[in-house]
Amino acid sequence: MNAVLHLAAVSRVHGAGATEVHALRSVTFRAHPGELVAVMGPSGSGKSTLLTLAGGLDAPTAGSVWIEGTDLASLDNAGRARMRRTSVGYVFQDFNLIPALTAAENVALPRELDGEKGKIARRLALTALEEVGIVDLADRFPDEMSGGQQQRVAIARAIVGERRLILADEPTGALDTDTGEEILRLLRARCDAGAAGVMVTHEARHAAWADRVVFLRDGVVVDETGADEPEALLAGEAGR
Amino acid sequence: MSIRQAMLAILEQGPMYGYQLRAEFEQRTGETWPLNIGQVYTTLTRLERDGLVEVVESEAEATTGRKVAGHGGVGEPLGPDRTHVSYRATEAGRSEVSEWFATPVPRSQPARDELAIKLAIAVTLPGVDVGTIIQRQRSATMTALQDYTRLKRSGRAATPTVPEDLAWSLVLDSLVFDAEAEVRWLDHCESRLRRAAAEQKAAHDDTHGSPDGGVR
Ligand SMILES: Nc1ncnc2c1ncn2[C@@H]1O[C@H](COP(=O)(O)OP(=O)(O)OP(=O)(O)O)[C@@H](O)[C@H]1O
Ligand SMILES: [Mg+2]
Repeated sequence: MNAVLHLAAVSRVHGAGATEVHALRSVTFRAHPGELVAVMGPSGSGKSTLLTLAGGLDAPTAGSVWIEGTDLASLDNAGRARMRRTSVGYVFQDFNLIPALTAAENVALPRELDGEKGKIARRLALTALEEVGIVDLADRFPDEMSGGQQQRVAIARAIVGERRLILADEPTGALDTDTGEEILRLLRARCDAGAAGVMVTHEARHAAWADRVVFLRDGVVVDETGADEPEALLAGEAGR
Repeated sequence: MSIRQAMLAILEQGPMYGYQLRAEFEQRTGETWPLNIGQVYTTLTRLERDGLVEVVESEAEATTGRKVAGHGGVGEPLGPDRTHVSYRATEAGRSEVSEWFATPVPRSQPARDELAIKLAIAVTLPGVDVGTIIQRQRSATMTALQDYTRLKRSGRAATPTVPEDLAWSLVLDSLVFDAEAEVRWLDHCESRLRRAAAEQKAAHDDTHGSPDGGVR
């Protein structure tokens, strides 16, 4: 089965000379359909860097990033932006909701930017909000919602319209145990339905929801649990 | 030992055979702490000796004296066939249970923790790669944590309908939190050791006058 996301020997160096920082060093990483992968590691180990490269928000200094068989380097800016809107859902640690838009408008935005008609975009948004269990808050503004509710809106925005790759940076960051678990349940369900998910977390308890846990240290993958061979995934043996 | 009190507490629900007692225990705790049936009967015998449980008379008494076969393995010192005898808690047993619930589990003497002992020894021995020990352990513990989580999100723990299911899901949570604490402790050990190594190196470079760019 083809990986939805493939980082091939990806490096990211910030700055040059004496101030050079190797945020990632030749990391190879795949996420397959139906798979949720957790990325753990100490602060500064390169987790967010990995995620921004995977989402095409940043470009590697060496190596290549492939999403559903397309090398992001082969796309122009418009093509990359389109890829981000249609194939990739990104959940930012700080939610990144637009304060002047309601929950439904926030969720509909990527679809509208992609040329979807307003009505259809709204219907898709409501479906996504329904899926995360807060369709009744569709017309509220972000500052009228709790942190957990805003995080659900952010997740709805990331999953709206069948996105195949979901990237989430500390999606359970400031949430209590129950709300955090609710968010994981949502991500998990989305992956069980066929999307590929990559989630950065510093909580082992949350990483445990993933099929695979990747440990980063100083920009290098030092370890990995539950690394099923892609062939095993294909044969449906990975469920364990 | 908590198994003794746990068994006694379950018996408060009413008289039970040893097998029933074990089933009730596992209903609440999954197979986390498997009880072998010989252990159950040994414990019941001791509880009886101490006057905390008593045998309930029944017509099954007639079978007493028959050899145990197939239950709990050969050679277990069950004596007469105890599998057909049911037990109930005595008044003294009941007050022992109340006492158990009223008293916090002591933490004064931490249970022997093989991992802590292993690392404590490892960091003092030259030539032991502590980093690798930590990494392997973290992967293993993380894998266990994934297994517990899988149990939690499927099966009877995911949608508890009876109190016993809820009990089991809470036991799973306990395993999850323990494993999580272990992973955090391992992370902590790793960063402490790295810092110590860096400081040691800096001190060494100081005394020996580090040549420029001596590292990497
Ligand atoms: N724009 C930048 N310029 C220079 N260095 C950067 C830049 N962005 C990140 N870095 C460095 O790259 C390394 C990896 O950063 P990254 O944000 O990926 O870490 P992280 O694992 O997400 O950490 P945290 O857990 O604190 O979020 C760090 O040393 C960081 O200082
Ligand atoms: Mg980060």
